[in-house]
Amino acid sequence: MSATLTITRDRRVAEMLSRRRQRSNAVVKTLCLIATLIGLAFLVSILLTLVLRGAGAIALSTFTHVTKAPGSGGGLLNAIIGSLIQTVVGTAIGTPIGLLAGTYLAEYASGSRLGDVIRFVSDILLSAPSILIGLFVYQLMVAPAGGFSGIAGCVALAVIVIPIVVRTTEDMLRLIPVSLREAAVALGAPKWKSITLICYRAARDGIATGVLLAVARIAGETAPLLFTSLGNLNWSLDLTQPMSSLPVTIYQYAGSAFDDWVQLAWAGALIITMGVLAINVVARLVLRPRS
Amino acid sequence: MSTTTVDTPPVARATGGNSRTGDKLFAGAATASGLFVLVLLGAIIVSLFIGALPAFRAFGPFFLVNANWDPVQEIFGAAVPIFGTVVTSVLALLMAVPLAFGIAFFLTELAPAWMRRPVGTAIELLAAVPSIIFGMWGFFVIVPIMGTYIEPPIIDLLDGVPLLGTLFSGAPFGTGIFTAALILALMVIPFIAATMRDVFLTVPAVYKESAYGLGCTTWEVMRSIVIPFTRVSVVGGIMLGLGRALGETMAVTFVIGNTNRITGSLFGPGNTIASIVALEFPESPAGSLKLSSLLALGFILFAISFIVLAISRFLLKPKAAA
Repeated sequence: MSATLTITRDRRVAEMLSRRRQRSNAVVKTLCLIATLIGLAFLVSILLTLVLRGAGAIALSTFTHVTKAPGSGGGLLNAIIGSLIQTVVGTAIGTPIGLLAGTYLAEYASGSRLGDVIRFVSDILLSAPSILIGLFVYQLMVAPAGGFSGIAGCVALAVIVIPIVVRTTEDMLRLIPVSLREAAVALGAPKWKSITLICYRAARDGIATGVLLAVARIAGETAPLLFTSLGNLNWSLDLTQPMSSLPVTIYQYAGSAFDDWVQLAWAGALIITMGVLAINVVARLVLRPRS
Repeated sequence: MSTTTVDTPPVARATGGNSRTGDKLFAGAATASGLFVLVLLGAIIVSLFIGALPAFRAFGPFFLVNANWDPVQEIFGAAVPIFGTVVTSVLALLMAVPLAFGIAFFLTELAPAWMRRPVGTAIELLAAVPSIIFGMWGFFVIVPIMGTYIEPPIIDLLDGVPLLGTLFSGAPFGTGIFTAALILALMVIPFIAATMRDVFLTVPAVYKESAYGLGCTTWEVMRSIVIPFTRVSVVGGIMLGLGRALGETMAVTFVIGNTNRITGSLFGPGNTIASIVALEFPESPAGSLKLSSLLALGFILFAISFIVLAISRFLLKPKAAA
């Protein structure tokens, strides 16, 4: 008699406990779903805002005219070209250094103290505030030269590229199976040939992804360019003179009181965001393992 | 040793010599590039410090606690920007961490397999959006919403409540410390969520399966198996997010209100180290004490970020090595 009572009570308690556990599980799951939806909602909101305000502002003149005084129908041609030049030159300077440094970490410095220090320093540079890199290049190049220049902007962007390429190169080289290296060595290939002809080739997709992500990152950088290439409202391809760039122009125009400048800022914002996101998507497709 | 008697064919000798030179050259170039990275960080520290010296000499340690920024009398202090930097970043983490955790949990345990990759990519794309875009979007979209729909009711609701009433008081401009923290939170969520997702995935499936086998719910597995197993790395990921938030410039500059004053209210305007450097730099002639003070602020920001990032790396490392 009392035994049956205990059993039914125990079962009731167990059921209550189980229900409570299921309930808290459901609550947490719902909250996580909401968190993800909030994150996605913000991305959608940013993209929608850009398309709604930017698409109407983009005209043919945006790509054919240089920046002009407010009210006289300028475009963004010099900013777009300036951004392209600085991004390309910055990548061209930073990539070989980053590639070689990453190779050093993966192939020459395994387990060495110096390698650990360089890896640590590179990781710090990877996350260091980009505005400080701008100040650094200002101190290094702009202040001694007595003027802002496009090449200073390129160098600042190159400093941002280096740690990104170091990280991906090292990671990708470490993924190469030992047997591949051994095969190269067995054929009598010296180390530098096995690295450049075998390992680089095998790691090509991964390294390319790193470079693409670096390009996407520096294409949208504003803060380091404020102190280096400054911006230029006139047409200029001279790397020793101040050079215009899309992010800096957006910064100047978005905060201005002139409606047509704000419109151009939205147009520029749409162009740069679509470019950066497109590079990111392409980079991810490259990285995706081939079937 | 020099009198080698082994008869090597000339061709082999030639390629052997070639490869040795090639090896030396390549190893030299790689090592030099590695050392270059090291020198780069050293050069950043040294150049900022040299630029900051006049300000440090002029103001001494008082620079850190002085809340003045007076270009007319040439008296500069770092207290307000340091305060703003720390408050916005910590506030941003308070908002970002729960959301990032939810996203990481969703992506690792809850979402159906087909959904993980696209949703994960979308969150990562949020990290790729340039910070100036966050700034513009924040200024033109979030600031009006905050000023019209969010801040006035909160100010009215908490009016008269001790402490909270002060924290959320003032005029609802829409800009200010709180809005800046909100934008920062959005910007660091992808970094924290991605790190959390990656470390959650390192938990051996056997542990989780054992817990499920005992009848645990998903949340219980998360709470009692995954979180304890990854705790250190999760904190490392949060520190990584903090490092990002501390130095963020453009987005903050657009929405923080840019006032060199510490107000008791989170809705009040303020500034951060990065925002004051970006704004004041154009009006600071080369060689001026003002420019030197900005470089000193940069040096302080570098020191803070360095410590935070070093801790983050230290915490993230053991799991990565294991």
